[in-house]
Amino acid sequence: MLQTISILLENKPGAMMRVTGVLSARGYNIETLTVAKTIDPELSRMTITVAVEDRLRGQVVKQMNKLINVLQATDLTDAPGVIREMVLLRVRCAQESRTAVLKEAEIFHARVVDSSIEGFALEATGLPEKLDEFIDVMGSYGEIEISRSGSVAMSLETKKLRLQPPVPMAVPQATTY
Amino acid sequence: MSHDAHTATPTPHKPVHKPVVHGAAAGETGKLMSGSEMLLECLAREGVDVFFGYPGGVTIPFYDALVDHHIRHVLVRHEENACFAAEGYSKATGKVGVCCATSGPGATNLVTGLVDAMMDSIPIVAITGQVHSKLIGSDAFQEADTFGITRPATKHNFMVKTVAELPQIIHEAFYIAASGRPGPVLVDIPKDVFQAKGHYTPVDTIHLPGYKVFTEGHTGQIRRAAQLVLEAERPLVYAGGGIVLGNASAELTEFVEASEAPTVCTLMGLGGLSSKHPNFISMPGMHGSYAANMAMTDCDLLIALGTRFDDRVTGQLQTFARGARVIHVDIDPAEVGKNRNPDIPIVGDVKRVLQKLTKVLLELKPEFGPVKDAARTAWRKQVRGWMDEHPYDRLHDDHVIRPQHLMDEIDRLSNGQAIVCSDVGQHQMWAAQLIGFNEPRLWINSGGLGSMGFGVPSAMGAQMARPDKLVFAICGDGGFQMSIPELATIASQGLPVKIICMNNGYLGMVRQWQTLFYNNRLSAVTLDSFPDAEKLANAYGFNGRTIDKPWQLTDALMTAIKDPGPYLLNVMVSPMENVYPMVPAGASIFEMVLGEKKPQLVGA
Ligand SMILES: Cc1ncc(C[n+]2csc(CCOP(=O)(O)OP(=O)(O)O)c2C)c(N)n1
Ligand SMILES: [Mg+2]
Repeated sequence: MLQTISILLENKPGAMMRVTGVLSARGYNIETLTVAKTIDPELSRMTITVAVEDRLRGQVVKQMNKLINVLQATDLTDAPGVIREMVLLRVRCAQESRTAVLKEAEIFHARVVDSSIEGFALEATGLPEKLDEFIDVMGSYGEIEISRSGSVAMSLETKKLRLQPPVPMAVPQATTY
Repeated sequence: MSHDAHTATPTPHKPVHKPVVHGAAAGETGKLMSGSEMLLECLAREGVDVFFGYPGGVTIPFYDALVDHHIRHVLVRHEENACFAAEGYSKATGKVGVCCATSGPGATNLVTGLVDAMMDSIPIVAITGQVHSKLIGSDAFQEADTFGITRPATKHNFMVKTVAELPQIIHEAFYIAASGRPGPVLVDIPKDVFQAKGHYTPVDTIHLPGYKVFTEGHTGQIRRAAQLVLEAERPLVYAGGGIVLGNASAELTEFVEASEAPTVCTLMGLGGLSSKHPNFISMPGMHGSYAANMAMTDCDLLIALGTRFDDRVTGQLQTFARGARVIHVDIDPAEVGKNRNPDIPIVGDVKRVLQKLTKVLLELKPEFGPVKDAARTAWRKQVRGWMDEHPYDRLHDDHVIRPQHLMDEIDRLSNGQAIVCSDVGQHQMWAAQLIGFNEPRLWINSGGLGSMGFGVPSAMGAQMARPDKLVFAICGDGGFQMSIPELATIASQGLPVKIICMNNGYLGMVRQWQTLFYNNRLSAVTLDSFPDAEKLANAYGFNGRTIDKPWQLTDALMTAIKDPGPYLLNVMVSPMENVYPMVPAGASIFEMVLGEKKPQLVGA
């Protein structure tokens, strides 16, 4: 089953590699991954969807939380949250089906970002499954090309962010220089 | 827009994470020194007295600064052994071990050692040199992506970008290595950072907001655990390497006595409870004793302390301790519930948790009274019965030295007091079975990774840390040959390590599997052309000897022990012995093969 994990991580060199590394080292396949900085530019928010057996879901999140650059990893699979994905789609269509394509796009609340004699470029956001349908429908009108963003997710619960406070260094010794 | 107005623009949200800026970067004035000098200063502040390493182009500036510093550096003969030696040092002392290598091949040579330390949770700080920062990414001479390569080989790793951040990173590295579940941390330092000058201000705080260490253990869970212990009829303590790493040996002993539970110590946990303690059974698992594995199978409460339900211990998981409830104490939340779902998970430092657990146990004990006494007595008798029924094989032979005889004799001479560093293979299993340890930090071996070549260099580190101790390096003839370069280090440092090479002429453990599971079709396991041990030792300037008769054994070991210097004793043992008991891979741990098939009458 697909697990959705939301991760708040320090925007440091290699931080993302650590997260993806934990998954690949344990044999999980990443389906989607999105990452961008947060309000605090030192931090990034990452959404990963990964195919994991249900009983191992807790384990995956624990492994993420062990990473020093990860401030918080949360399993959003069953938690109240919103998940959205965006797709950019180009469809080539015959002159006579242009109106139908636009109608269809409207149903999916897609926007036209480019229009040419060959067809349209469309932009749609929604639940990943809705986008699957959108893509299927558009495919029926002609040749399509797509670029999907992968899921971005947000929890609707306010989960307290627990951070480790600074600790005094334990071993100040006589300096030698 | 005025400059003032611009700077006064309020930020809408307060960042949760402020970088801590120290030293020169904070505009403070500190002593002006080079990156190399700062590194040495930080190592000294961390209490490092010795480290193991091998120099190269990019670390020359660091080695240059070392000339004027009191910290001792041991020049090993291969970087892998720098890490193994640091592990031996750490395991013998509980301190962070430090090793150092140059960029490129130096760093890649460290990798096996890092993974080894990762698997056995040994606190190590590894310093590697990197090419000049201007050259990074240009496939420069001796450039390797050390940061990328060692990411999965370490608990955490750092790449230093400027001399200003160097002290903070070094102290963070030590903090991460030693705290929580310990492990190796690597710091990659470009050549120009070693050379750059900066104002050094001592670091006084560590701030790693994402690094959570759970130490105390949940009070309610601890209370429930104590109740389970008191209710149990057949409790068993399953103590792991965490007891040793967490310096919780005294607490374990108190708990074992308060709970009156028989106890097994894993390969990594040997010495956590004294082998002479009346409650101690032995090591469990693939080559554990019959009694240990039967006790694991039949207990009704398994108290797992600082251990990770490794496959070599549990055998087939579905049938492992089937009827038992499980209390699992570990400092790493990811280990709790990873392989076995416990009834009572307790995330915390096993030392702190055991202190509390024993206290609550003793408080609650009067309430529970003597109800379980009969069952407990029967359980102890049962365990004792198993131990008597199938003890480990220590039999001697009149004509050949059996491996078991060798270990039995080392056990007798050590009397639980010597440090024993083992390599990997059959000899390791016999040593773990037959040699006793009165305290923790005496048994040093590569458990999780099983790295051949670990025995000799780890013994070097241990002897360096404990000059007062008798240190054995027990190796097979295979693993020994992986460590031969370090004979020079041992000679040069005058380390009186007693290298015992258990020579069976084979890669014995692999040969055993081929014998038992591949119809004895031996493939690539014969170790011929072993060097003349006496000549080899002499070539390095110390003594050595080869023996092959049982009656020579005691004298030869005594000569080695009494020799003030290093000693290489090559012991020719009966070549075709197999380690028993053995749980075949994937079988349940109660399905042990206890020994060779007895000859049977055809047709009977
Ligand atoms: C670096 C490394 N390579 C290969 C192995 C696989 N292996 C495990 S035990 C063993 C045989 C070891 O032979 P020896 O050192 O003679 O010890 P013995 O088993 O004979 O006591 C081998 C090859 C390993 N553990 N480590
Ligand atoms: Mg051998």
